[in-house]
Amino acid sequence: MSTHPAPPPPPAPAPAPGGAARAALLVLADGRFPAGGHAHSGGAEAAVRAGGVHDPDSLEHFCRGRLRTAGLTAAGLAAAATAGLDPLVLDEAADARTASPALRATSRKLGRQLMRAARAAWPGPALDALAAARPRGAHQPVVLGLAAGTAGLPPHDAAHIALYESVTGPATAAVRLLSLDPFAVAAVLARLTPDLDRAAEAAATAARAALHDGVDALPAASAPLLDLAAERHARWKVRLFAS
Amino acid sequence: MHRDHDEEYPVRHAYSTPTTRADGTRRALRVGLGGPVGSGKTATVAALCRSLRDRLSIAVVTNDIYTTEDAEFLLRNAVLPPERIAAVETGACPHTAIRDDISANLEAVEDLEDEVGPLDLVLVESGGDNLTATFSKALVDAQVFVIDVAGGDKIPRKGGPGVTTADLLVVNKTDLAPLVGADLEVMARDAKAQRGDLPTLFTALTAPDGIAPVREWVLARLDAWRA
Ligand SMILES: Nc1nc2c(ncn2[C@@H]2O[C@H](COP(=O)(O)OP(=O)(O)O)[C@@H](O)[C@H]2O)c(=O)[nH]1
Ligand SMILES: [Mg+2]
Repeated sequence: MSTHPAPPPPPAPAPAPGGAARAALLVLADGRFPAGGHAHSGGAEAAVRAGGVHDPDSLEHFCRGRLRTAGLTAAGLAAAATAGLDPLVLDEAADARTASPALRATSRKLGRQLMRAARAAWPGPALDALAAARPRGAHQPVVLGLAAGTAGLPPHDAAHIALYESVTGPATAAVRLLSLDPFAVAAVLARLTPDLDRAAEAAATAARAALHDGVDALPAASAPLLDLAAERHARWKVRLFAS
Repeated sequence: MHRDHDEEYPVRHAYSTPTTRADGTRRALRVGLGGPVGSGKTATVAALCRSLRDRLSIAVVTNDIYTTEDAEFLLRNAVLPPERIAAVETGACPHTAIRDDISANLEAVEDLEDEVGPLDLVLVESGGDNLTATFSKALVDAQVFVIDVAGGDKIPRKGGPGVTTADLLVVNKTDLAPLVGADLEVMARDAKAQRGDLPTLFTALTAPDGIAPVREWVLARLDAWRA
């Protein structure tokens, strides 16, 4: 029997100088990037059960709340990781900013899954070092920020991706859970884009400040209802999504 | 050992799943079991574990659609100790978790190996889907597609990637064939037409040692894997 081990894949080409990488942003933000997100609803499954999300308008409201809380916090961490803050310090900062143990576990699980995909796509020493230091998974936004940096993207782009994921997860889940009109949900996402752009700007500004002032300069907005719902959801016997 | 086809055992190496461990020994053979809900995947996994656990170190990963039903069935029936069974959640998309985004399943497999030591065989059961579900080659080394006669004797003729390309097609519940008016000859002929030289086995897991043909196939795969 022959087993020729396949040669390791060629590394992705070096990013264009001056942070001009654009296509890498699309690859990393694409929901089809195999980083485990498809099994998570970003709190939407619990919100649907509680009656808070039941149609496109209530979904929009829910997503706007995520952009201002969990999304903004994740975006600040991601942008700071891209900007070059110590990922292990950021990992602790993420712990401190995530009140719910269930959500901390989810974030590390997704961080580990993203790490695998990111190291295959954009291998590099920064990702290798974090994977070695946190073999069970670093927080997802920190991995995201490092991956974005390795791919040649600026901090601002990492913030955009974190915020985009914070609303596309719930939107996709709501389509599946409530059989919502997929066009109406696409329109919800489109209406959220100005808020998303503003939040990315705020996160990138905070990340720049954190370079001098430390992680305390990063957003620490949380949503107590999301935290409580996540704790309850983690104990459901029957659920479609892991979180 | 019989050979299923002339070609050598397919080389299935992926960036994310090296085929050898750090110490150079061959890692566990990973076999995926797919097929429609209710065809007998969990029953096949349970029967394989019972009849092989004394000679092989085995672990199982289940991919339930919205519960941990399969994992609990295996635990309740004590086919393996609990630390050898892991359940993956699939977010309403069981085929995504075994084909397009396999990271959660890969982690489950790796964690099992870390926690219970070197394994010989890992069985990955899919959540049960339709006839198009197939496993990524980066997740499993061989895949079994399980259908049953109660689903109708037309399924082999309908084909689809599972029926056509799986390394082994199992047609289960042959004990029910007379009751549902399924013609096993027709199923065998259609399977042959769809699959060419790939093997098809007929099983009745209700019969004593009904798992025997599948067990022999798995053992042959394992020999080839280690050779
Ligand atoms: N009559 C008969 N029933 C079977 C056989 N194999 C499995 N079953 C039953 O079929 C049902 C579904 O089996 P299960 O293994 O849970 O299917 P899965 O959804 O593919 O995992 C269970 O009630 C099994 O006991 C068989 O060979 N003959
Ligand atoms: Mg099953």
